[in-house]
Amino acid sequence: MNILVCMKQILDPEVPARDFRIDPVRKEAERGSADFVTNIFCENALETALQFRPEGSKITVLSYGPASAEETLRKALAMKADAAALVVREEDGAPPDPLHAARVLAAAIRKLGTFDLILTGREAGDWGAGQTGALIAEELGLPCIAFADSLQLEGGKLRVKRQTEWGWELFEAETPLVVTITNDEHNVPRIPKVRDVMLAHRQPLETFTAAGLGVSATNDYYEVEELFLPKKESQCELVAGDTLDERVDALAKKLVEVTASL
Amino acid sequence: MSIVTIHFGFDRAAAGLAGEGRRLADASNSELHAIAINGGAADLARVADRVSSIDVDYQPEACLAALAELCHGATTILFANDTYSQELAPRLAHRLGGSCVGDGVGVELRDGAMRVTRQVYGGKAQAVIALKRTPGVAWLRARSFVPAPLRDTPCEIATITTPAFATKTRIIERKREAQTEARLEDARVIVSGGRGIGGPEGFHAELEPLAELLGAQMAASRAACDAGWAPPTWQVGQTGKKVAPELYLAIAITGASQHMAGISEAKNIAAINIDPDAPIFRHARFGIVEDYRKVVPLLREKLKKMQ
Repeated sequence: MNILVCMKQILDPEVPARDFRIDPVRKEAERGSADFVTNIFCENALETALQFRPEGSKITVLSYGPASAEETLRKALAMKADAAALVVREEDGAPPDPLHAARVLAAAIRKLGTFDLILTGREAGDWGAGQTGALIAEELGLPCIAFADSLQLEGGKLRVKRQTEWGWELFEAETPLVVTITNDEHNVPRIPKVRDVMLAHRQPLETFTAAGLGVSATNDYYEVEELFLPKKESQCELVAGDTLDERVDALAKKLVEVTASL
Repeated sequence: MSIVTIHFGFDRAAAGLAGEGRRLADASNSELHAIAINGGAADLARVADRVSSIDVDYQPEACLAALAELCHGATTILFANDTYSQELAPRLAHRLGGSCVGDGVGVELRDGAMRVTRQVYGGKAQAVIALKRTPGVAWLRARSFVPAPLRDTPCEIATITTPAFATKTRIIERKREAQTEARLEDARVIVSGGRGIGGPEGFHAELEPLAELLGAQMAASRAACDAGWAPPTWQVGQTGKKVAPELYLAIAITGASQHMAGISEAKNIAAINIDPDAPIFRHARFGIVEDYRKVVPLLREKLKKMQ
């Protein structure tokens, strides 16, 4: 099976709120001292593909991002993806809107060949738009299943399990198909071996540009009009008392007070 | 101008969504067309100007095709934030040549163009997104919007039959977990545990009995769910459920912005945490700095006595 996984490099979302700054002109987060990391759901998607991987499959990873996104792809190769491709984005432009990103990725996917399965993360930890997978499906004219956490072959048929707010649903699906992946205890991304990290740096990396792919790299879908920090947080009242018993008693009373009116 | 709201059944979220649709329609002198998929048509008929009712076994490709037809010519299309809505909203926008934005907490129409306020960067910042194409499609944190008063006289309900057609994906099994419980999104009181709980037994032996005493539903942080200590359906946060209870009791939860993004609509947050510098204390209204293992058993005793 020919599998493609889209991966995005983002500003480390674990940066504490107190160190988080905004560039009001570019309308995006300031990098500051934060690292770039691979979006976790993209790694969940790759992990899902690696665990699924039927005999004779090939897994290609694809990213659209600045030159530094190469690190994300090298790490994916170290996790044992087979091939990698990067569409290099001009770093001075505004961050791509969801349709812009999907259009470029879809063009790169067409260029790279034919794929049975295209996986994306459910959303990215920076803008969290949650649209890339769905829009790639529409750009390529493929069906799409969202929020999946596992893939299986049963009697030659693809089974996709996905999470819903009330439980789960099991799909039977024909390929080709786009699936967006969410996290689950079973698709926690593996840590690559040191040897594989070194080998990954010697593997070929195919590169493209949007212009070379013949697609427009403009934001014609939506625009970030304002970006601001939310209002100041409230003051927390720590329950008073000389002993633990007194403090827990005060806590119990407060909890009862808040819930009494319900 | 015509505004469409799309509902999968009628619950608190659907009521909030219809309320926001009504507000936008009234402000722009537009018609509100509500599409009720699998129930809720009678309630929506007392808010909207026109209701289309579809009864169908949900299959994404078939449902999307039906919606694309029904929404033809609409300028604004609103969804709630359930799985099906999030799955279909961007694809519907694409099919209609429009733009989509998700997770909205505020909507404004300016000369017909939609501007949506939402959290970004895991709740560390907020953005106003201006959609460039028509129709504008958004899915909203529907429970945070105000329901509209129900009229006495309902509008007409058109029953739509969708032609069955073979699709490349097909749902062959559904499993409802915690079917007897109310939905977490509708819970008034929530007890939630994080990484500091340390294992599944902490949830089971300490938090669950406490939740029972408080009449609360259980939730967990992503760290606790990823570790397998709590089921994924309990996960609250940027990538889990967005909840809006009267009381959210966060136990051994640090309060990373990704978690806070799921509880920004909670009325009262209370925290039990061993670390006085945990960010959760910057959001909580009240709390206690102590190991939950010492606090929770004692707290249960106190609550039992107070009942």
